[in-house]
Amino acid sequence: MTKVALRGLLGRKLRSVLTAFAIVLGVAMVSGTFVLTDSIDSAFDAIFTEVRQGSDAVISGKAAFDLNGNAASSAPTLDESLLERVRGLPGVAQAEPQVNGEAQLIGRNGKAVVFGGAPNLGFSIANGASRFNPLTLVEGSWPKEGEVVVDKSTAGKKHFAVGDTIGVQAEGPVVRLRISGIVKFGSVATLGGATLAGFDLPTAQRLFDKEGQVDEIAVASRSGVSTGALLAQIREILPPTAQVRSATQQAAEDAKDTSSFISFLRDFLLAFGGVALFVGSFVIANSLSITIAQQTREFATLRTLGASRRQVLGSVVVEALVVGALASVTGLFLGLALAKGLFELFDVVGFTLPNSGLLFETRTVVVALLAGIVVTLAASLRPAIRATRVPPIAAVREGATLPESRFARYRTPGSAVLTALGFGALVYGLFGSGLGTRQVLLWLGAGALLVFFGIALLSVRFVRPLATAIGWPAARVAGVAGWLARDNAKRNPQRTASTAAALMIGLALVTLVAVLAAGITSTFRNSVEKLWGGADYAITAQNNFSPIPTSAADAVADAPGVQAVGNVRTGEAKAFGKSFFATAVNPAASTMFRLDWDAGSPEVLASLGANGAFVDNDYAKDHHLRVGSPIELTFATGLRRSFVVEGIFDPPAGGSPFGKVTISQSTWDRFNENPRNLYSFVRMRGGQTEANQRALDRRLASFPNAKVSTREQFIDNQISGLSSILNILYVLLALSVLVSLFGIVNTLVLTVFERTRELGMLRAIGMTRRQVRRMIRYESVITALIGGVLGIVLGVVLGALLVARVDFIEFAFPTGSVVVFAAAAIVVGLLAAIFPARRASRLNVLQALQYE
Amino acid sequence: MTAAPVTEGAGPVVSAHEVTRRYGQGETAVDALRGVSLEVRPGELVAVMGPSGSGKSTLMHILAALDRPTSGRVFVAGQEVGSLDDTGVTLLRRRHIGFVFQFYNLLPMLTAEENVVLPLSISGRQADRDFLENLLERVGLSDRRKHRPSELSGGQQQRVAIARALVSKPTIVLADEPTGNLDSTTGHEILDLLRAATEDYGQTLVMVTHDSHAAAIADRVLFLADGRIVDSLPRSEPAEILAAMNRISP
Repeated sequence: MTKVALRGLLGRKLRSVLTAFAIVLGVAMVSGTFVLTDSIDSAFDAIFTEVRQGSDAVISGKAAFDLNGNAASSAPTLDESLLERVRGLPGVAQAEPQVNGEAQLIGRNGKAVVFGGAPNLGFSIANGASRFNPLTLVEGSWPKEGEVVVDKSTAGKKHFAVGDTIGVQAEGPVVRLRISGIVKFGSVATLGGATLAGFDLPTAQRLFDKEGQVDEIAVASRSGVSTGALLAQIREILPPTAQVRSATQQAAEDAKDTSSFISFLRDFLLAFGGVALFVGSFVIANSLSITIAQQTREFATLRTLGASRRQVLGSVVVEALVVGALASVTGLFLGLALAKGLFELFDVVGFTLPNSGLLFETRTVVVALLAGIVVTLAASLRPAIRATRVPPIAAVREGATLPESRFARYRTPGSAVLTALGFGALVYGLFGSGLGTRQVLLWLGAGALLVFFGIALLSVRFVRPLATAIGWPAARVAGVAGWLARDNAKRNPQRTASTAAALMIGLALVTLVAVLAAGITSTFRNSVEKLWGGADYAITAQNNFSPIPTSAADAVADAPGVQAVGNVRTGEAKAFGKSFFATAVNPAASTMFRLDWDAGSPEVLASLGANGAFVDNDYAKDHHLRVGSPIELTFATGLRRSFVVEGIFDPPAGGSPFGKVTISQSTWDRFNENPRNLYSFVRMRGGQTEANQRALDRRLASFPNAKVSTREQFIDNQISGLSSILNILYVLLALSVLVSLFGIVNTLVLTVFERTRELGMLRAIGMTRRQVRRMIRYESVITALIGGVLGIVLGVVLGALLVARVDFIEFAFPTGSVVVFAAAAIVVGLLAAIFPARRASRLNVLQALQYE
Repeated sequence: MTAAPVTEGAGPVVSAHEVTRRYGQGETAVDALRGVSLEVRPGELVAVMGPSGSGKSTLMHILAALDRPTSGRVFVAGQEVGSLDDTGVTLLRRRHIGFVFQFYNLLPMLTAEENVVLPLSISGRQADRDFLENLLERVGLSDRRKHRPSELSGGQQQRVAIARALVSKPTIVLADEPTGNLDSTTGHEILDLLRAATEDYGQTLVMVTHDSHAAAIADRVLFLADGRIVDSLPRSEPAEILAAMNRISP
């Protein structure tokens, strides 16, 4: 029987290849994700280890609580005097200080040098020759006072050489420094596109506004002193705001943000691989169902020859197994190519990932193969069981068809129940109380799966009415080809429904994303329009969201025409045992916003003073705060202070620039090192005029990371970040749409094959090749549009459900996107039809007529 | 030579001149037709008979412009088939040829009436209502026009197929074993209907059959053996036709 199955497979090469495609892409996504993330992970690990290679221990400042990794708050610095005491310890052979921060290099064109979204690293090099320095000098010498060394890659790309001067901006305005040398980090060409700027210690301290302070002290032990002993000695003399770690621990700590980002990236990409596999399973199940229906007589003949039901089942499963295995192996290697391609793609956009060779781990092979094979097998079960129901008598009957399943009459109620259960799980996941993030995701995932299954099964009921409606224009315009296409689509609703279902899933997810995006965009716009008070301009970072040094806003304050500058400082603070984003404002900010107050008044902003605070109403409710309630804040520096609630505001749905707790700017600056502004708002004499804009731009010329925008520009800028995320999501979901396209091709090829004699008759009585092609094309488009309509409707429903749960998004219908998606469905239909239509039109009429 | 324009009772509507058809090449080549010439006059009902492998199906496919001769020429309604490309041949079939197949070949998702008017739909024409009514009446399907093929008996399905062949008033109808798949009673009804098509509508018709009763309705019976026309009878009784058959393939 296995032999029969394999022979059958060989006899249907084209169909098997088309079926396999459905799985190849999903598996490639899975294996590509693993290869990509493993490779980046190991490259970063190598970098972080190399940085600490010369050290045995590292002393650093200790934040009062775990920081979120946002640049707004940083750990407290160490007093420079600590260095001498460390050097005096008996176990210490050598100790060097380091100061670091973000240092923006300015290109010859006056623009900031940025490669992709890579960081701009600045740091001190106390002693270039020391064992702690992971850099090697390519050219020139180590930096002295007023000098800088830059990395080879940046110097090369931006045409800088030793002896040139280059603009560097850290905390203050741009300063110009002489390039004393070009350096390279260890063995890698580039650190993920990061720019490097190394200074001597005093220069770094001045640039980063850390006079008399250092961020880290790297320590090497005397020979014979164990790391444990060294750590113990150092701990003795450490102040409470400092900590010491072994070099290995420190490297792991340094890598924490990166590795959590990489593991997020991995899960994120795997999810899309999973969606593609899920869609692929529909395609496979459908293809197998059709082939099995066409093989009815074959199975019956086998049964009359004595094959048992089990053997029939086995032959179908073996066929699926072979297809699944071949597809998975292909996908595995395609994934390798995909990862390589992604590395190159990132390189092209400037975000060069550190790459020390592609890592092909055993886990990648096992998971990818297993996923592909298991999905294929699972998808083959239902068709395989149907094949076992073919009675032997079908061998001798003309036009035998598969018998209906015993459960056929339960199908509609069954799938309705499945759909209902799915929606139930979704609603529970969204609105159920006391669920952790993991549980929420689990419920949502399971719910979505059930809903997709349920609707796919249920959609058999919608095929006829939908095909009638969608096919109407085709029948009007294209005459007989159009209405035959429509009738063909309605002919086997089961088949049309499962083919369309694959596309439905992809389009539902795309529409869901669009609904969320439209909601976020319109809610955000409404919020800004509501909150924006007496400001004419906003000052933000170039990327629109990074907190920026306060010197930028200070530089603007005395520009001609400026009447007031309202700042919103941001950073992390902790109260009631939890850290959160807090903000601070200066008195001028009180005129810049129109907030709704549950308690207190707009004057609160101007009169916060040394210990006033205002909070948002959710936070007030959670912690039972009223006007007059005390609230104790701990800052990243470890400093504490008690505040009194003076106002409670009600933020609009789209959020506000304010954190849970807001205090006065002057108090904030006293308790935090290197404060940062999230936004600053500027009011000017004469409002928004070209002259005013120019005046601000001129002041910000030495702050290349800051920019000025009007209210409209501010809104657009904030939203533009969203659209690049959207594009990434669309590209990833396009993969599953591609899988469903193969599904349509497959169904059409099988259908053309099945209708060979009919096509022969149509050609005989006068249908031209063109008409045949058109007929197949319209059937394809009708099928695709059925999937499109169902997917869009489902996507809107799912999106609305999600929006109902999320407080900060209001529902908005993404009309433009929906039109684009419907057009995309038509394009999918047209593309899918090319090959099958050509085959159908090229049929030899005589052979087709004699075909049985 | 160019064929004269077709006029009633005048020159042939279909003619074949020294037609041969060879399948395959070299040693394994099979000659299905070895030089067949014939002419079908307007309004004539011609039956082609012969044992299996005599080439009668090949002849019909070539007359229907579904297959091309290896040598020789075929004219349908004054056009030489060999000079046409695929689209030309398709349009020729659309305008001038109607088909009746052994296995009916109806589209299962269309009603009887939709199946009947399919050739007109394909060429984007409207059916002449009176003619269509008359035709449906004539083939006895007036009350079953909304039925789908799966709801019709074999004889009824073949009636639909005959109406479909006649609806476009083609120059010639070609019928391939039209009774081959039917019991003898139903077969007789179908034969009566084909005869009536010639009598009532003046339809020219060529029928391939191996049933002497079917051939008995023809104005002329041609006998094919080994790819050649070996005999011919005017309208005859089944017994005479059977006798002729037995002479050519004892």
